[in-house]
Amino acid sequence: MKNKFSIFVIIIFLSFCFVIFYEGLNTPKTYTPKVNGKKNIQTFKVKDFDSNNYINSDKIFEDNIFYIVNIWASWCVPCRVEHPLLMELSKNQSIKIIGLNYKDNLSNAKNFINKFGNPYSKILIDSDGTLSIEFGAYGVPETFIIDKKKKIIKNYVGPINQEIVDEIKLIIK
Amino acid sequence: MKIIKIFLVLFLIISFSTLKSDEKNDELKIKILKNIRCLICQGQSVYDSESEFALSIKLVIDKKIKNGESEDQIYEFLREKYGDWILYNPKLHKNTYILWLLPLLLFLLGGAIIYRNLIIKKN
Repeated sequence: MKNKFSIFVIIIFLSFCFVIFYEGLNTPKTYTPKVNGKKNIQTFKVKDFDSNNYINSDKIFEDNIFYIVNIWASWCVPCRVEHPLLMELSKNQSIKIIGLNYKDNLSNAKNFINKFGNPYSKILIDSDGTLSIEFGAYGVPETFIIDKKKKIIKNYVGPINQEIVDEIKLIIK
Repeated sequence: MKIIKIFLVLFLIISFSTLKSDEKNDELKIKILKNIRCLICQGQSVYDSESEFALSIKLVIDKKIKNGESEDQIYEFLREKYGDWILYNPKLHKNTYILWLLPLLLFLLGGAIIYRNLIIKKN
């Protein structure tokens, strides 16, 4: 009886180890960020791209609509890929797209906008990347959706695609 | 002359205390940076990494330390933005119970088995 119990315990233990290691082998080794969950936006002061004056975040997100914050840079190749989709999104009257120009050269950024069009209702300058960290960003490009209560409800790491655009349209409906 | 001497002594005291607090801040900064995972690198801490993400995090932490935020407040800020994964040494809470308590449980179980076998052998 005692022997049987010991064997039972050993089998349970080995099965437990097997499940843990099997799961470990099957889970991807690269980090996949959590992109859902509501987060507050911090209040901040930031330089405006056009006027070069400092503006308060309350002034940026003052309307009772959905906002999209898109982190971009002229040196970022995937940003060029997603730019036409942002242009398409900017036609939607129920949202405003705020651009966050990340660690960029100002004249290069202006050339980028002149060349590819401006989907942003306002562009902010994040010259050292610290504002992006306040948003919880990983890099560039990255897109955040901010609801009417001024909470980040979703973020997309990497360039957006048509599928994401359709998803955004559904969210802001 | 006496006034100059007093000013000189005061200046030295202030400079020394500023240096001392800078040194303390640097130590705290290094400690925090070594405990933060660079989320876009492979197996590197923010301290070891020179990626854009790591450079920005370093600046944010530097600012927060200068603003007088504590180590715990900085970890909480990062945890809120990026989740537990960003910390190499996450705190004990409902998501990390298994992580912290499983080794202890296995240790106790092993100890109990060894103790039981010893008693059986003695008898």
